[in-house]
Amino acid sequence: MLHKSLITYLTAGYPTLREHYKYLSLLAEYSDVIELGVPFSDPMADGKTIEMASRKVLKHGFNINQVFEIIRKFKREHDIPLILMSYYNPIYRRGLRNFIEEAKTVGVDGMLVVDLPPEYAGDYISFAREEGIKTVFLVSLNTPHKRVAKIDDITTGFIYLVSRYGTTGAKNDLHPMLITMVKKLKSTCRNKIAVGFGVSKGEQAQKIIKAGSDGVVVGSILLDIIEGEKSYRKLQEKLEELRRGIKS
Amino acid sequence: MKFGEFGGRYVPEILIPPLEELEESYEKLKNDEKFKRLLNHYLEKYAGRPTPLYFAKNLTRRVGGAKLYLKREDLLHGGAHKINNTIGQALLAKFMGKKRLIAETGAGQHGVATSMAGALLGFRVEIYMGYEDMKRQRVNVYRMKLLGANVIPVKKGTQRLKDAINEALRDWVASFSNTHYLIGSAVGPHPFPTIVRDFQSVIGEETKRQILEAEGRLPSAIVACVGGGSNAIGIFYPFLKDEKVKLVGVEAGGMGINTCKNAATLTRGTRGVFHGMLSYFIQNEEGQIKKVHSIAPGLDYPGVGPEHAYLKESGRAVYTHVTDDEALNAFITLSREEGIIPALESAHAIAYGMKIAAGMEKDEVVVINLSGRGDKDMESVMRRLSLCSTNLS
Repeated sequence: MLHKSLITYLTAGYPTLREHYKYLSLLAEYSDVIELGVPFSDPMADGKTIEMASRKVLKHGFNINQVFEIIRKFKREHDIPLILMSYYNPIYRRGLRNFIEEAKTVGVDGMLVVDLPPEYAGDYISFAREEGIKTVFLVSLNTPHKRVAKIDDITTGFIYLVSRYGTTGAKNDLHPMLITMVKKLKSTCRNKIAVGFGVSKGEQAQKIIKAGSDGVVVGSILLDIIEGEKSYRKLQEKLEELRRGIKS
Repeated sequence: MKFGEFGGRYVPEILIPPLEELEESYEKLKNDEKFKRLLNHYLEKYAGRPTPLYFAKNLTRRVGGAKLYLKREDLLHGGAHKINNTIGQALLAKFMGKKRLIAETGAGQHGVATSMAGALLGFRVEIYMGYEDMKRQRVNVYRMKLLGANVIPVKKGTQRLKDAINEALRDWVASFSNTHYLIGSAVGPHPFPTIVRDFQSVIGEETKRQILEAEGRLPSAIVACVGGGSNAIGIFYPFLKDEKVKLVGVEAGGMGINTCKNAATLTRGTRGVFHGMLSYFIQNEEGQIKKVHSIAPGLDYPGVGPEHAYLKESGRAVYTHVTDDEALNAFITLSREEGIIPALESAHAIAYGMKIAAGMEKDEVVVINLSGRGDKDMESVMRRLSLCSTNLS
């Protein structure tokens, strides 16, 4: 699924329902994989950018049917894999099996449930397998070796390596342990690896790919541009910069 | 890890290792004689345990039913039961080599108790508190500052307890190598609900001893207020096997159970997964957590501890609710009848305790957990009473 890939994140429905699709399509032009986030009232793994995006979208009454509608349209018009990212509660409330079936129907390729660790993911894994949806699980810098092996076993999409200790949100540097961890995962895991959290620059992306990662996930910086400068061109420039870093 | 199907550890991967470390350290420490001696030393000499079980004669006379006993957690250092847990967890954090404590607080009582334990045992302390709560519990904010803690206002979301927990979790994700998250209620991912319950169980253990001494029998009912549920689980837990003792949790009915302005999670909520646990939450049909309301900031939380969800489900405990106004009336009644000003949180338990006692035989006994004192609430009560024109003069 991944090879020197740019994975871009956008919160579904953001910045407004009207403008969302335009931005999503722009991201698709530059990306190898799209990660679409289900907005949640209390996104505790996310920093202020994505939290703000979630809140804004929910304030306008955005709902999960609309997330699925966006995906249905997007997958009809684009031939690019889409990962649906969510906190567990919206999935739990809809019913795990229902949610996964609906996701499959509209064309979701893979799912990442941030606060559903492997211990509680038994049903999720088997429903996803039945529906042919790939599972993406998180690994962190502090995940012990044995646990990485267990996560690698249940992952069918790719392993999402969280680049640092903290929440999502644009940062300029990389954690000193990151490169070592990428190499370690590459030498021990059968799954592909993507690195995310805090990546905001082409130069960071390049280093991550050079270390052997198969992909880089970028989100908050893109939302920061959409929110702050509201400039289509600035967003294009950022995506070009990231892409250059990754593909060079 | 679970209470029936409730509880668990629903957290991002990054928090799994620190939670495992915490669980291991706690399991190692909890039966350690030296640790138990140290904890008891501080509970007795510093916090003021045991607290009395007080027969509220005037209140009993006024109600005209069962005998009402009050478990006086309000007399503890700091003014609430919270110190039982903060000293325990701070000692645990010390053992784990942590240098910094972070905590969430709603009413400010847990923040104060954490600040005290931090000052006592030499930790740097940072407290997350919703901005709305800071406004209505100003005195506690000042107390925390005086005790050397840094109080961080949370101006996001509903600006209340839920949002303070979110921010504390975000802090912990980045800081766990040197920081212990000293959670104050029986909520959150495993092992927090178990740790908090164990440290609060001293309330129930003492109560059992004391009521047997005073009455030669166990009470017919025990009543406690439930926000996250730490004081309630603390007094319930040692009685779980005494099936004749009715356990009653009282949630915040706010402006009424049929309005959207309440925090009666077990009555009005539905199952969900949030703050690391499977439990009941006040949420919409899409799983978005809703804003809740209670006059008592410590009950103003859209979730509830998983063990309470389990006790409700199994039928061992029952959960009910009283409104802001009923709590306020009980607040005044207890002040007038017994000369005890309860915390608004505890006033919910008083209100319901009086209600059921009225319908019971005179030789029956009801114990109410008076989890905290009401000094912190003076400002909000004054404001509220002048608005409602309930005349105190």
